[in-house]
Amino acid sequence: MISADLNTILPEIILAVYAMGALLLAVYTSKDKMAGLLTWTTAALFLALALWIGFAWHGTDTAFGGMIVDDAYARFAKVVILASAAAVLVMGENYMARRDLLRFEYPILIALAVVGMMVMVSAGDLMVLYMGLELQSLALYVVASIRRDSAKSTEAGLKYFVLGALSSGLLLYGASLTYGYAGTTLFSGIIEATSDGVSLGLLFGLAFLIAGFAFKVSAAPFHMWTPDVYEGAPTPVTALFATAPKMAAMALFARVVHDAFGGTIGDWQQIVAFLAVASMFLGGIAAIGQTDIKRLMAYSSIAHMGFALMGLAAGTAFGVQAMLIYMTIYIAMNIGTFAFILSMEKDGRPVTNIAALNMYSRAEPGKALAMLVLLFSLAGVPPMLGFFGKLYVLRAAVDGGLAWLAVLGVLASVIGAFYYLRIVYYMYFGKPTEDALDRNASPVLWSLLMASAVVMLVGIVNLFGVEPIAQAAALALAG
Amino acid sequence: MGNLLTITTFIPTIAAVILAIFLRGEDEAAQRNAKWVAMAATVMTFVVSLFILFGFNPNDTGFQFVEERDWLLGLQYKMGVDGISVLFVMLTTFLMPITIAACWNVTHRVKEYMIAFLLLETLMLGVFMALDLVLFYMFFEAGLIPMFLIIGIWGGKERIYAAFKFFLYTFLGSVLMLVAMVTMFYQSGTTDIETLLTYPFGTETITVMGVHVIGGLQTLLWLAFFASFAVKMPMWPVHTWLPDAHVQAPTAGSVVLAAILLKMGGYGFLRFSLPMFPVGTEVMGDLVLWLSAIAIVYTSLVALVQEDMKKLIAYSSVAHMGYVTMGIFAVNQQGIDGAIFQMLSHGFISGALFLCVGVIYDRMHTRDIDAYGGLVNRMPAYALIFMLFTMANVGLPGTSGFIGEFLTLMGVFKANTWVAAVATTGVILSAAYALWLYRRVVMGDLIKESLKSITDMTPRERWIFAPLVVMTLLLGVYPSLVTDIIGPSVEALVGQVTTAQAAFEPVTMMAQH
Repeated sequence: MISADLNTILPEIILAVYAMGALLLAVYTSKDKMAGLLTWTTAALFLALALWIGFAWHGTDTAFGGMIVDDAYARFAKVVILASAAAVLVMGENYMARRDLLRFEYPILIALAVVGMMVMVSAGDLMVLYMGLELQSLALYVVASIRRDSAKSTEAGLKYFVLGALSSGLLLYGASLTYGYAGTTLFSGIIEATSDGVSLGLLFGLAFLIAGFAFKVSAAPFHMWTPDVYEGAPTPVTALFATAPKMAAMALFARVVHDAFGGTIGDWQQIVAFLAVASMFLGGIAAIGQTDIKRLMAYSSIAHMGFALMGLAAGTAFGVQAMLIYMTIYIAMNIGTFAFILSMEKDGRPVTNIAALNMYSRAEPGKALAMLVLLFSLAGVPPMLGFFGKLYVLRAAVDGGLAWLAVLGVLASVIGAFYYLRIVYYMYFGKPTEDALDRNASPVLWSLLMASAVVMLVGIVNLFGVEPIAQAAALALAG
Repeated sequence: MGNLLTITTFIPTIAAVILAIFLRGEDEAAQRNAKWVAMAATVMTFVVSLFILFGFNPNDTGFQFVEERDWLLGLQYKMGVDGISVLFVMLTTFLMPITIAACWNVTHRVKEYMIAFLLLETLMLGVFMALDLVLFYMFFEAGLIPMFLIIGIWGGKERIYAAFKFFLYTFLGSVLMLVAMVTMFYQSGTTDIETLLTYPFGTETITVMGVHVIGGLQTLLWLAFFASFAVKMPMWPVHTWLPDAHVQAPTAGSVVLAAILLKMGGYGFLRFSLPMFPVGTEVMGDLVLWLSAIAIVYTSLVALVQEDMKKLIAYSSVAHMGYVTMGIFAVNQQGIDGAIFQMLSHGFISGALFLCVGVIYDRMHTRDIDAYGGLVNRMPAYALIFMLFTMANVGLPGTSGFIGEFLTLMGVFKANTWVAAVATTGVILSAAYALWLYRRVVMGDLIKESLKSITDMTPRERWIFAPLVVMTLLLGVYPSLVTDIIGPSVEALVGQVTTAQAAFEPVTMMAQH
């Protein structure tokens, strides 16, 4: 049986072994000189695994007595995680290399973080869940402070670590309560334990678990670390934070509430709905005053997590499908947006002040137009794909009897539109200035930006066929 | 020609893509090419749309030229026109070449300007043709983007404020409509407008936060749609974005805004609010009638004291849209016929008035009424054309403005005599502000130094006005051109709404006993 079990987690094993091997190889050979090569091979491996997992279309496998679940839902999340991690890795390579930040540990740590994320989304047991979460988090703490000589970067890493440890504590506490009252850490066991109502102890456990997840997806009111970490970390790392880990944490969130606590929707629906409302409004209002585009994107991601949680709050299979589609679109938008932010430089130094984009549309009409599409997509204005993400979660909320949540959501999106428009305002309506940004044409960034913008426009035809796949994934979890 | 509507809608988009990809440079030749490509595309769209008009059978009250394809989430790509929408399609395709001609003098970022207008045309046509809720919403909302850019990039001094106000105001109105659409989707399981037209949405009284809502779900949905269309229309008291947007928008932007974009609100009422929520219309109808009456009187008074020509015409637009909402919610044949007629006629007249302002703004670079006076001495042709459209704006018999006002007032008189009485004073007030504007700008002696060398209209400018003059007079003396096409569809609509309302009344009567 063990060989079948190992076979189920073969992608994770391959990636973990690759990370170890690469670490040894780099340490014993040319160290940082290999970093560039390692970045590309890691990204290639990510993509290969994504293709493999994506096309290996089989039913639900469980391994190690149900501790690991490999179903359509986990595969959907893994493909998104791997693909976005690959894109982010490739996108930051040049940026890191020119600033002497491209250490060989960087791709390796990200590979380990991705292993953690893949374990998270496949978890069928609270211990496996925690193992994956910590593997991911520890790797990311280090990556956040990879710029060792920068106070901001180390501050970001430390903040992330301290608050992350706190949230892990909350989560562990919730897990131990759940274990205490359910008598098992297996999700299937928890389902049995909650079949005739949730005891008070389990309810506490659930609340603490949700608090821990809310921290990981940076939902308000557990969002405090996000703006500082986004701002302090080097931009490629910020891009990573905004994409793959968000998908992993959100997928894990949905897995626990829909699988383990799937029979008790009434008990967690209100909490998730509250998190959604708080995140949407906080993300919208707090972003208005931001002048730093990375901080702005942090608040933007908080607001977007609120929308994704709206789908989750519906408590239906369609809600999960809506959440998956929303997250996929969100990640596709963010890759393009961060490709743009990475290309914002002046005299070779990164610029993150929004005002620096003054009349950008004159200097670089093509890139400005692509960014315009992405910004309107982020704001959820049709006909961009971002609107369809919103439409799915709104539909899920209304179907789930949460029409009030849908109304609050769209009102928050109007507030959100304001700050995206402000960037458009700088790019298109500003006054021409002398000190324009550099016109660097990194082909990688350019093509990712353009691809992302084109996806936002062309995707409205049929979402590239993602809809039925997401539906199958959602049914596997909450059918 | 199975997909005539799609072809019509997307010709401008194709032209815009061609411009975006192939046109390089900013020299004079490139600018001229951009203008000619845009002109050719809009004229071609107009020509193709003529096939729709001539192939249209007015006696068939259903949708014609229907195209249908499955889309994601159970939505459809479905387009079609009926008697209510076909003339709005024609209005759009007719006015766009004029709009493009009106921006012939623009030299600032011409290529982008043309692309914005071409995309806007596609989106406007889509609004009038879409037969799927979400498809409609997409076209309706997406139109904000090019308009936001048109005001923000090519507008006047306060353009930033105006652009943001325009966008956020209308966006806020529309998102509530989106939630209502999702609710309708959930209730009925379809987003097909044709099916929804006859879908009976719930009318049982429900309680929302302690308030008993008569008409239940229908009233709530009606209110959500109203939030969107009332802002777009715009109705008093949510009209304040319009004067700002108009004043700051470039001439061509003002023309499109006044002539076509405002009509989306009225079209929305006719397409959604009336047939889909007849009971909601019944419950809220009187409120709309009174709001319209207030709008007519109040905004006319406000127009009287304006010092900026564009602002004056903008307020006059709000007043004229008051007639439209009033006619629509009178829910009878004359009222709705009149409302549609008034919208079409206002499309020509207000477009022409903004062009008139544009003509002298191009020469003097000011819109202050005080800066002008006695233009008739140097610009006789201009004085004639401006007079014609001033009179049409006032509603002089023989111009299309008269028919619209008369029909709506007659419809409202049947529905609510007092509202009609109040609204009729608006006819007098409109004469006051329009004629006074004309006197101050055109009449009198030419005493201002700066005006001594002003030149009359160029041939290009005269040709721009020619089609508008023809349409205004033609519809004024021969209104059957329009009413024959819209009549049967309006009759069917009125019949459907009154039947549904009549069925509701016994229920409420029983509930009260």
